[in-house]
Amino acid sequence: MDLGPLALSLQIATLATLLAAVVGLSVATLLANVRFPGRDIVDVLFTAPLVLPPTVLGYFLLVVLGRRSFIGELFERVTGHTIVFTRTGAVIAAAVGALPFIVRFGRAALEGVDAVYMHAARTLGASPLRALFTVQVPLARRGIVAALMLGFARSLGDFGVTLMVAGDIPGETRTASLAIYGAIQAQREGEAYALVAVLTVASLTALYAVGKLTRRERTVR
Amino acid sequence: MTVLDVDVALRTGAFTLEVRLSATPGVTVLFGPSGAGKSTVLALVSGLARPDRGRIALGDDVWLDRAAGVERPVHLRKVAYVFQSLALFPHLTAVENTAYGMGREAPREARAARARELLARFHVGHLADRRPDTFSGGEAQRVALARAFAMAPRVVLMDEPFSALDHGLRRELLGVVTEIVKDLGVPTLFITHHVGEAETIAERVVLLEKGRVTGVGGADILPERRATADGGGRPP
Repeated sequence: MDLGPLALSLQIATLATLLAAVVGLSVATLLANVRFPGRDIVDVLFTAPLVLPPTVLGYFLLVVLGRRSFIGELFERVTGHTIVFTRTGAVIAAAVGALPFIVRFGRAALEGVDAVYMHAARTLGASPLRALFTVQVPLARRGIVAALMLGFARSLGDFGVTLMVAGDIPGETRTASLAIYGAIQAQREGEAYALVAVLTVASLTALYAVGKLTRRERTVR
Repeated sequence: MTVLDVDVALRTGAFTLEVRLSATPGVTVLFGPSGAGKSTVLALVSGLARPDRGRIALGDDVWLDRAAGVERPVHLRKVAYVFQSLALFPHLTAVENTAYGMGREAPREARAARARELLARFHVGHLADRRPDTFSGGEAQRVALARAFAMAPRVVLMDEPFSALDHGLRRELLGVVTEIVKDLGVPTLFITHHVGEAETIAERVVLLEKGRVTGVGGADILPERRATADGGGRPP
């Protein structure tokens, strides 16, 4: 049995979760703590990947990151390779899928921290950033970890957007989800079983852990 | 002598607050029924809330002047604010809570050592390395006071800090606070619903009602003893 696709999935999902964590938690913090015009629009934009068809999402990413786009061209000039149809593209595709989870659940976790703790921190001389990192984030940590786990589970299983943006290149972008599809199509179901089992167990474990994390947080308060 | 001058107006929904008061060093009690705007005044002085118009100054130091566009952020005002709910950080030990507000110029160990001293002064030295979820009401109160006074405040704000405590403990802590505030020599605004508490601690009293100041004077302007601002709604 070929475990290559699984290792690739883990690698891509890990990098995608890191990328989505940096972007998503920053956006979650802004949405939770700052009133600014266009806040609702930002919220909608970062939730959209949840409801848009993967093909539509993939199309947008191809437009933004493709070889003839500004970003795509710049990236190719600097690194010598393209974003689309490479592992980089697969990471971005998986990260986009994870973003709505990280933004939504991260925001809820941060908003769940009683404002009086932030007020206390501010009167004790903490700048808004120090109050965020020493009080709000530590008190929201369970919810934030839960958000990251959901994001990881989501990026581990991405199919449609990855196929659109990164293709199905063995050893490069053929993740476990894509390998399962390929095996079924070729009527080599035996090859799919192990991958199906691992993805199922990983996803259910992540959901179970998320449930545990968020439940205990409620009783602490 | 540094005087805290407050002249603010704020409208939120149906509630209008228009308050003008001066607080000299020592304890000024804000007294009035629920919804009179007492807590709002503290929030405005601390900078946690912003008035629609007005000016707040400590001596010559202007903290807020809406007309001139001056507004000093909360964390640079140096106010010791003891919240009704105390708001001890649940993820930090008593020492870490107490050291949180100390200037970070001093090394970490020096801050921790000073925090331990302060906790001992408030008779909770034995709690130093424990977290707030293990404290009794009175212990939490003492740690909250240690934390607030650790920062060398320029103004002290106390929002019914002792409302949840029994009589004996309340009297003891009122004594401690009176002493510290005298040592510090800074203006202190103290909210209470409780006439006995107000009489014990007040050097001056400001009566508030429906967002306005209705009286300024000594403890003699407080309503009959044993009554409370809510007409007896709270246990003594």
